[in-house]
Order: sequence, then C-alpha cells, then structure tokens
Amino acid sequence: MAVRNLGGRKLRSWLTMLGIFIGIAAVVSLVGMGEGLRIAITSQFGFVGSDVLTVTAEGLATAGPPGTGAPNPLSDNLAAKIEKIPGVEAAINRYLKSGTLEFNNKQGLGFAMSVPEGDNRKIMMKMLNLEAEQGRLLKDGDGRKVLLGNSYLDKSQFGKPISSGDYVYLNSIKYQVIGIMKKKGSFLFDQAVLVNTKQLLADFGDDGTTNIIAVKVIDESRIDKVKEDVEKLLRKERDVKVGEEDFSVSSPEQTLEQMNSVLGAVQWFIVILASISLVVGGIGIMNTMYTSVLERTKEIGILKSIGARNRVIFLLFFLESGFLGLVGGIIGVILGITLAYGLAYLGRTLLGADLIQASVSMGLIFGSLSFSFVIGTLAGLLPAYQASRKHPVDALRFIK
Amino acid sequence: MKKAIIKLDNVWKTYTMGNVKVHALRGLSLTIKDGEFVCIYGPSGSGKSTAMNMVGCLDIPSQGDIFLKGKNIAHLSESDLAQIRGKTIGFIFQQFNLINTLSALENVMLPMVFQGYSEQARRARAIKLLDMVDLAKRMDHKPTELSGGQQQRVAIARSLSNNPEVILADEPTGNLDSKTGNKIMDFLRTMNKKEKKTIIMVSHDQSLAKYADRIEYLRDGSIIETKNNGKR
Repeated sequence: MAVRNLGGRKLRSWLTMLGIFIGIAAVVSLVGMGEGLRIAITSQFGFVGSDVLTVTAEGLATAGPPGTGAPNPLSDNLAAKIEKIPGVEAAINRYLKSGTLEFNNKQGLGFAMSVPEGDNRKIMMKMLNLEAEQGRLLKDGDGRKVLLGNSYLDKSQFGKPISSGDYVYLNSIKYQVIGIMKKKGSFLFDQAVLVNTKQLLADFGDDGTTNIIAVKVIDESRIDKVKEDVEKLLRKERDVKVGEEDFSVSSPEQTLEQMNSVLGAVQWFIVILASISLVVGGIGIMNTMYTSVLERTKEIGILKSIGARNRVIFLLFFLESGFLGLVGGIIGVILGITLAYGLAYLGRTLLGADLIQASVSMGLIFGSLSFSFVIGTLAGLLPAYQASRKHPVDALRFIK
Repeated sequence: MKKAIIKLDNVWKTYTMGNVKVHALRGLSLTIKDGEFVCIYGPSGSGKSTAMNMVGCLDIPSQGDIFLKGKNIAHLSESDLAQIRGKTIGFIFQQFNLINTLSALENVMLPMVFQGYSEQARRARAIKLLDMVDLAKRMDHKPTELSGGQQQRVAIARSLSNNPEVILADEPTGNLDSKTGNKIMDFLRTMNKKEKKTIIMVSHDQSLAKYADRIEYLRDGSIIETKNNGKR
C-alpha cells in the first residue's frame, strides 16, 4: 500500500527523490572515481615488491620519468657500495632514457628502461614479474633488441600495431622488437621500451650516473634498518647533512601510504559534501511526508475506523518514507555508476590518460543504499508518528 | 429477551471550543440488543454524529460508560479500541470512505489485514462478499470507476469482512438517489434478517426510519422519544 500511494503521486515522489539521488549519485560517482584513481596509482607501484627500496636523486625539475632531471644525479658506482651493506641482496642501477621512438614513419615519445645482465636480470625479472605476450623477454647478449610495453599493440600509437620481429628506431638507431610484454596496467610499463643495460649505455652514452638504484633486501622485516644504512651511506658519499638530503630512499609501501592518505582525505571531503546534499534530500522527504499525512488525514480516519491500530498507521507512513529514500538511493547508485564510468571513459578517450579509471565497489553500493534508506526512514519518523496519533473522529471529519 | 450488545449508560461528551464548553451528549442512555435494527434519528446538531462515534467506539465519552458485549470500553486506549471495532463493528459511511488507490477487492480485504488473516483467506472471503453485493464482476475496479451505489455496496461488503456483530451505518443513502438508496436499504434489511446482524443506522431522513425495528429520537444530546415500528 505504501508503494501504491507513492505511485499515485508520481511527480511529487520523483521530485522528492531528486534530492536523494543527486546526493547518492554524487557520492557513488566521486568516491568511485577516487577509488579508481587510487587503484590506478597503486598499480603504478605494483611493479616493485615490498622488499625493494628505491633510491632516487631529488631535485627541482621532476618532470619526466622518476629520477631523471635531478641537478645532482646518483653516480653509478653507488650501487656497488650499497650492495656491501649487510642485509642487501642486490643493488641494481636502473637507467631511464627518454628519446624518440619511430615506427611506421611516425615519431613518438619513448622512454627506454634498462634491464640488467647476469644474476641481476633474474632478480629484476622476479621483481618486475614480466611476461611476454608475443615473442620473448630479453636475455643476456641481446644487442639492439627491445622489449616493448603492451600499449604498442594498440594501433593508435603509430597508426598500426607493432608486433615482435618488427624494427623500430630509438633515437634514430634501429632496434628489433624481440617481444611484447603482457599488460601490466601501469603506464610506466605498458609504454616502456626495455633495452639491455649495456646496449642502452652504449647507444645513449654513459655519463657515470644512474637514475634509480633498486635495492633488494634479504629480509623484508628488516627493511627499515637497511633503509637507514643506505641513507647513512648516501649522506656520506654525497656529503649532505641530515635533513638536507638531495636524494630519497623509499619503500614502495611508504609511498603508497602517503598517496592513499591524501586520496583518502579527498574522498572524505567528497563524502561530506555529498552528505550535505543527502541531508537536504532527507528534509525534502520529511516535507513530502508531512504534506502526505495532512492530505491523507481522511484516509487515516478510514483505516482507523476499520480497525487499524496506531502501529499500522505509523508503519504505513514510515515504510513509505523509507521506500522513497531507498528508490532514490537505487536510482542514485545507477546514475552514479554510469556517471563514474562515463566520465572515466570520457577522460581516457579525450585525455588519453590510463590513470582515469572508475571503480565502484559492492561496499560502496550497499553502503549508499542502506544510507539512503536510513535517511528516508529517519525523515519519515516524525510525520509517521504524527499520522498515527490522529484521532479517528477528527480524521474522518477532515474534508479535503 | 435478547442480550444487549451495546449499552450506553448516562454518556456525556463535552467539547471545548475556545472558552466555551459544548455538551454534544447530555446523559445519553441507550441499549441495543443483539439482532436489532435501530435507527437513531435526529436533526443536525442533535448530537447524532457524536452518538454514532460513541456507539462505534470511535471515541470515548467524557463521562459515563459504554458497554460493548458487556465490556466497558470507556477507558480503553485508542489502539485497543481500533482492534475491537475492527472485529465487532462494520462501518458504512455517507461518504462511502473507500480507499481510492485500492481496488474494490483490496478495499474489502483491508479490514481483515488488521485482524491478521492470511492473504488467501482474505481474498476468498472478499470475493464471496463482493459476490453477495452483486459486484463480483467489478472487483478489480477502483472506487472512482464505480457509481455511488456500487461504491456503497463495496462499503457494505467491507463492513462485513470481519464478520462483525454490529453494522453501523451513518446516513448510508445520504449521497445516493432514492432508488439506489432503497436498494442499499434493502441490503441492510437482508443483512439484519438473514445474517442476524445488529444494524444501527444514524439518519435524519424520515423515509429511511421505516426500515428500522425501532427509532430513537435524539435531540440536544439525549433521547426524547422511542418508537417501535412493530414491523417484525
């Protein structure tokens, strides 16, 4: 019956629900997009395990791949020194070089990443967990061979997809594509051009500096101690005081935590904004319910005269109000999901940034649904109580 | 002598309007026996409606006692009154008072909801009752799609749904033309005769009074004359 009554007052019910579903749609879409962003960012870091420290030089110009453009880069003999620190399994120099990548007579930006040789290759491969979708991975002795990221399979890069066996020009030097990696979900890797360290340094020049030193520790639980030691060594080597470091040693977890806390704060801010809209929506429901109680005074009188207890009347209006909230919530969730994925898609196609993604979790959906139902019932509490207290005689005499 | 089903004993009802106290009922005493057809007759302002509210357990008196089947209901809570009247009293109103958003069938089923009957039992009984008032074919229609007479017949079916002992009719033909009105009255008469229902009718229409066994004339909040029709 509660449903039926709402059906009879379609326009008003819709308008009332508008407040709720705008609120819920806002929560769902924004939180969903925030969550998507978080997952996307997290996946960028997914390539390093939790037992790996990343050493980079810090400085002003930080545009471009990590560790490049710092005024005082890391010298490449540091790795050997770090390796001597107790608890360190391996310290690997990683070189990132940006340049042009040419294929199918089209030029694009490509940045080349080094892959170490020998034992370090195994460690690195394990660390990065790379797999080939086409061809094979790099191995020792591969000269001008490149392993490309998965995004080069997409013809939008160079007008046609690159496949293994093709030739590309990296900074005008001809390389053969040895394989294409499986999709990693991280733009760093999906856009990557992997070359063996020796070849990379030979072709791009070796200035005795490196961009990143990846430090793999033996015992994950002692990563903090190792981190301190690495920092100490670097301070000594680079002659800087505590607090004035021009380098950073970070564990991926740390970075993630920082990122997550910032994103979490942003999400909460959004939730608070949307809650205001929900409260306004709730007041709208309350208003509608008051009107409805007044309008249906006679009906309440009839119901009471044919034996409805106060409780029944209360429940009738209470459920009606909760239902308003719930339906508003359902529409809001659908709208929110559509909005989140739609905007994310739009963002991806217009800006070409893989980072813009939406992720709406079940928890978010059920959370918003129950929240909207609660808002509806709370808003209906008073009007329903008022309805149930109406005196049958007065209610029956009520003329519309 | 049949036992009294409803007994009003020196009932007073006082309304306060601003600073003025209005006595709608002044010591009304009335006994209605099981199976009777009684008409409470009086001009407007005589306290008729208030009397009906008392008899129908819609309201409680300011003073005095009301016995329904020997039980004093003058001091019951509103919710308990609702339960009792749902079970013992069926209402028929001048305005029909059907719920417009529900179909005829659902309207008839509604009082049974409050008494906790199962869905099937409600449906079965409602169909039977609608059949009795010749509306089985129109049971899925909404009240607004029915004529006045049909609506009142739905209301009669509804009043019977919980198989009450008493049917209380407040100006049952007031909104109907005389021909339809007579048909409704015939129905009530049949209910009284065949189903042995006690019928209490409130009216200011002299022509309806003739259907009743007994007419109680009400003026200024108390009975001034009782007339037995001697028809039965």
